[in-house]
Amino acid sequence: MSPDYKLILSGLEPLIIFPDSNFVNVGERTNVTGSKKFLRCIQEQRWEDALEIAREQVEGGAQIIDVNMDEAMIDSKAAMVHFLNLLASEPDIARIPVMIDSSNWEVIQAGLGCIQGKGVVNSISLKDGEEAFIQKARIIQKMGAAVIIMAFDEKGQADSYARRIEICARAYQLLAQKLNFEPRDIIFDPNIFPIGTGMEEHRNNAVDFFKATQWIKQNLPHALVSGGVSNVSFSFRGNNTVREAIHSVFLYHAIQHGMDMGIVNPSQLVVYEQIEPQLKEWVEDLVLNRNDEATEKLLAYAANQTTSSKADETSNDRHLISLEDRLIEALVQGKTQFISDDIQEAISTYNSPLEIIEGPLMKGMNIVGEYFGSGKMFLPQVVKSARVMKQAVAILEPLLLASAQQGKAQQRKKILLATVKGDVHDIGKNIVGVVLACNGYEIIDLGVMVPNEKIIEEALRHNVDIIGLSGLITPSLEIMTEMAQLLSQKNLNIPLLIGGATTSKVHTAVKIDPHAQFPVLHVRDAGTAAQEVSYLLNKDAEQFVTQTKLDYERVRENYLKHQGKNPLTPFEEARQKGFASNVLPVAPHTTNQTTLEYKVADLINYIDWTPFFQTWGLAGKFPEILNDEVVGQQAKELWKDASDLLQDLISDPKIQIKATFQILPIEKKNDVSIHVKSTQHQLHFLRQQNGKKNNEPYFSLIDFLQAEDYLGVFAVNAGIGVEEWLKAIESDQNDYLEILIKAVADRLAEAATEKLHQEVRTLYWGYAKEEHLSNDDLIEEKYQGIRPAPGYPACPDHTEKQTIWKILQPDQTIGLNLTESMAMYPTAAVSGYFFAHPESQYFGIPRMGMDQLEIYAKEKNITIENAQRWLGHIIPTT
Amino acid sequence: MGIFQDITTRNLTLDGAMGTMIQRYPLTEADFRGNRFQNHNIPLKGNNDLLCITRPDIITEIHLQYFEAGADIVETNTFNAQQISMEDYQLTDCISEVNTAAVNCAKAAREAYYAQHGDSIKKYIAGAVGPTSKTASLSPKVEDPAYRAIGFEDLKNAYFEQIDAMIVAGVDAILIETIFDTLNAKAAFYAALEVLEKHQLSPITKENPDGDIALMASGTITDAAGRTLSGQTAGAFAISLGHLPLFSIGFNCALGADQLLPYIKELKKHSKAFISAYPNAGLPNALGQYDETPETMKAKVTPYVAEKHVHILGGCCGTTPNHIHAIASLNQQQHSR
Repeated sequence: MSPDYKLILSGLEPLIIFPDSNFVNVGERTNVTGSKKFLRCIQEQRWEDALEIAREQVEGGAQIIDVNMDEAMIDSKAAMVHFLNLLASEPDIARIPVMIDSSNWEVIQAGLGCIQGKGVVNSISLKDGEEAFIQKARIIQKMGAAVIIMAFDEKGQADSYARRIEICARAYQLLAQKLNFEPRDIIFDPNIFPIGTGMEEHRNNAVDFFKATQWIKQNLPHALVSGGVSNVSFSFRGNNTVREAIHSVFLYHAIQHGMDMGIVNPSQLVVYEQIEPQLKEWVEDLVLNRNDEATEKLLAYAANQTTSSKADETSNDRHLISLEDRLIEALVQGKTQFISDDIQEAISTYNSPLEIIEGPLMKGMNIVGEYFGSGKMFLPQVVKSARVMKQAVAILEPLLLASAQQGKAQQRKKILLATVKGDVHDIGKNIVGVVLACNGYEIIDLGVMVPNEKIIEEALRHNVDIIGLSGLITPSLEIMTEMAQLLSQKNLNIPLLIGGATTSKVHTAVKIDPHAQFPVLHVRDAGTAAQEVSYLLNKDAEQFVTQTKLDYERVRENYLKHQGKNPLTPFEEARQKGFASNVLPVAPHTTNQTTLEYKVADLINYIDWTPFFQTWGLAGKFPEILNDEVVGQQAKELWKDASDLLQDLISDPKIQIKATFQILPIEKKNDVSIHVKSTQHQLHFLRQQNGKKNNEPYFSLIDFLQAEDYLGVFAVNAGIGVEEWLKAIESDQNDYLEILIKAVADRLAEAATEKLHQEVRTLYWGYAKEEHLSNDDLIEEKYQGIRPAPGYPACPDHTEKQTIWKILQPDQTIGLNLTESMAMYPTAAVSGYFFAHPESQYFGIPRMGMDQLEIYAKEKNITIENAQRWLGHIIPTT
Repeated sequence: MGIFQDITTRNLTLDGAMGTMIQRYPLTEADFRGNRFQNHNIPLKGNNDLLCITRPDIITEIHLQYFEAGADIVETNTFNAQQISMEDYQLTDCISEVNTAAVNCAKAAREAYYAQHGDSIKKYIAGAVGPTSKTASLSPKVEDPAYRAIGFEDLKNAYFEQIDAMIVAGVDAILIETIFDTLNAKAAFYAALEVLEKHQLSPITKENPDGDIALMASGTITDAAGRTLSGQTAGAFAISLGHLPLFSIGFNCALGADQLLPYIKELKKHSKAFISAYPNAGLPNALGQYDETPETMKAKVTPYVAEKHVHILGGCCGTTPNHIHAIASLNQQQHSR
């Protein structure tokens, strides 16, 4: 065991802090006294949302998570226990240690009884005398936690250097002598008090803290120092520039004096080196108490700063700021307003266009990348920045060519991106491309529907460093596997990134990775993509690659083991135990095919916005997301842009939305196939085979049909005109708008489907004439009947769309095409079935056996190999 | 001479499986009941710990076989002898009785061994404390992840009762074993510390070699990802028990010797206590039986000893006196580190 550690804690995984480790960041948002949002979650018992806040902390880099439930209106002890128990069930959160934060000893003790790892108690003190202090410390010692000790004793809180060291020394001696307490588990909080309050006795508060910290580190061996930083700037509330500068300067000096860890809100920090020099000087004066007038000067600065930033908006004073700063600012803020002017000005002042790109523009994009990496910027902001960059580069490009300098351009790492053959979805891929471009990589985007051979050809031609494959529909998974095989056959060791909605780490590990001796990585979102790419192209990539391979092997083994634990039910047994119910079929008012057109204005109320924000990587339910503490501002801006776009579409209909459907009289052939009466058409359905508890049925959609019954089929296209529209704007280099349009069109397709379904239920089929539902009720699917889509969990076979296309001919009726990989084009489209059965419900077929596949293939009259190509991804590897 | 002096001069051998051995005897319901539980209202067959009271002859014989095979430490037959597990048999009122009887069986075996072979080589008795049938970190209800079937206080109280009885009856060590939830173990050790405080005894550690009782911890890695059931890595497991005055820490059960070794190595990095291991006789076959022979198992644990990864080595499920004999011979080859 290495004795040179400074602090050692554990969640599900160890946290070991070495003497040369950086400052330890304690996540502070799961604290009801510090976060109104978290408090509301707890008060309203929205535990899922509360967990989400915890998760964000961990993802944002918190190394310890502070949990505080001290609020008069809640049962703090019960809330602490409940929340810690929930945390324990979330491995991605529970991997880091917990800091149990309460001024109530009972709450602390209850919390300690919930954590299996070694956490931290925050806090105890000598406030109630030595006996109580020792007693509590002994319990903490026996429960196995580190402890924060406040500089507080029977006489009160320590507010001077002398009092701080007196109390800390006394506490330390007591713990050592009476309990033989591990000194590395003792963390002192020597009280961070406000400065700049105007009161004489507060002037030395920061300096006293620094001195006390240094004294503790020098005189109390192995003890650590922590504190809550935001308190120091309390008197500058409402003035974030000054506050942030104070936090940074304070932390800078505190760490110099030995402060080991602290409760800090990373979004309230500026980089010490980046504080404006004049401001920094005054803040240093204040923090270090070396100038009597520091407070006055800062107050004046603050007042001045508000007016000057106001003036900034009017653009007249813009030229007071240097050109370089203006360009950087435009990139960081994502503002395109003045970019053309500023670039023109740059052309006349800089020596060459290349100098502009490699100078201020790259500088700006590096800042963006850095902010994004550290969680200080969100995806929509980054996309906006990229849009500014693209516009700037577009102006410079002709000049670059003219000056024949492109050969000298710095070699950037190249990444090829493509949506695989048969798949047309590219929103996610485009976002990844934008983010990677922001991180300084050269992106070669081959677009959609790119055959594997073509991808390899282009990869070789451009000599790319990484290939990124994207796909949304399940057949794409097979093609990605083929790609890995192909690269291996050709001995091409180009790392492969796998992304897109149906892809997963498990799939990548089980199906793709085994075919590749080169690295294969699943990327969850654009943020992780940037990170993984940087690891892959790093000097030390080898270690990362080895680790990743091992990691994937572990995922694979786990999956296979899990398979063993939950064997599939034989198909013969599953079909005996299907869902059975007798209801009288309702005859529809019409069995003719009907084609409709919808106006945007009619659909607005049917839009489910939540998935729209997910497209942008913003998690949260609409409309609550608009007021979210963290992403609310971004969500509001996005929503405003989307709403403006919709208004624009209402007044100037650039796109058309059409739907076609038919309610078909059918008869069941058996429990796999149905026959559409008086036609040659047959439709086929798959059945669940995953193990069931408590006699739950093994569902197949066909169970929701009687021997003779009716089934609706439909197709909706909200993408008519989208392509032309995109072409018209492409010249503007506007990625943001492009992604926005596609995302909005997707929403309109779903909304049109919702409205169509409602009209079918109440009118055309008419089995639910009495239905009166709000939009929320619709989103929550409170109506009778379902509308599953081929290729989705309840009916994972994409090729059934071919039959729908034969019946409805959507390519002719509503301009909606089906590709050879069964993707719909335009992509803003939905197609599927309407089932009316009162007990019909959505379910998933996550896995199926070869036994079912053989029977299914026979029913469909296709070869087993062909069926496997479309359904192989849900057949477990044996 | 005591256990600390012994472990600093040689590797100690722990005994093998108790259940595997009990299965060799053709026992009926009547054997489990004996006179003591003659009129109990529910069946008791399968409650092996009760045999300490109703068939002490068998339990003593098994202990003796392990001592004869070369075990330095035997574990009492008390894996389930606390309130929480005994509740299933409606026997929560005889916890102290079972544990006392169990320690007496082990002591009787030791006396028999000393009578035969003299007491120049000391034999030790470890009170075995199992994980109970409930976990404090996991919810048994899928739909309610915050639910807990048991809390820290109840666990601690149940463990206190068991450990107190063992200490009073005269064990040399408390072995909290097959830990798949570290929070359960923390409660058990909390109870053990309170029992020691109550009797003014001190734990034997490297800092306190002259202490009275050795506190031993042995966790269980339940999956190939190297995690305990409650999700901790080997390192996190050791750190979570780092506050305790442990004599030894290690892993047992669930895995065979070859699978277990990487986690033993990981443990070593995070604990200053002596290291123990008592793996299963391989992994169970399709019928749930362990078929690793003493020779194969010996071959697999050889690196443990040869590369000096452990100080205490023994066997868990599927191991017999023959396995322990093989392991003891390996330990003997390796003198004074």
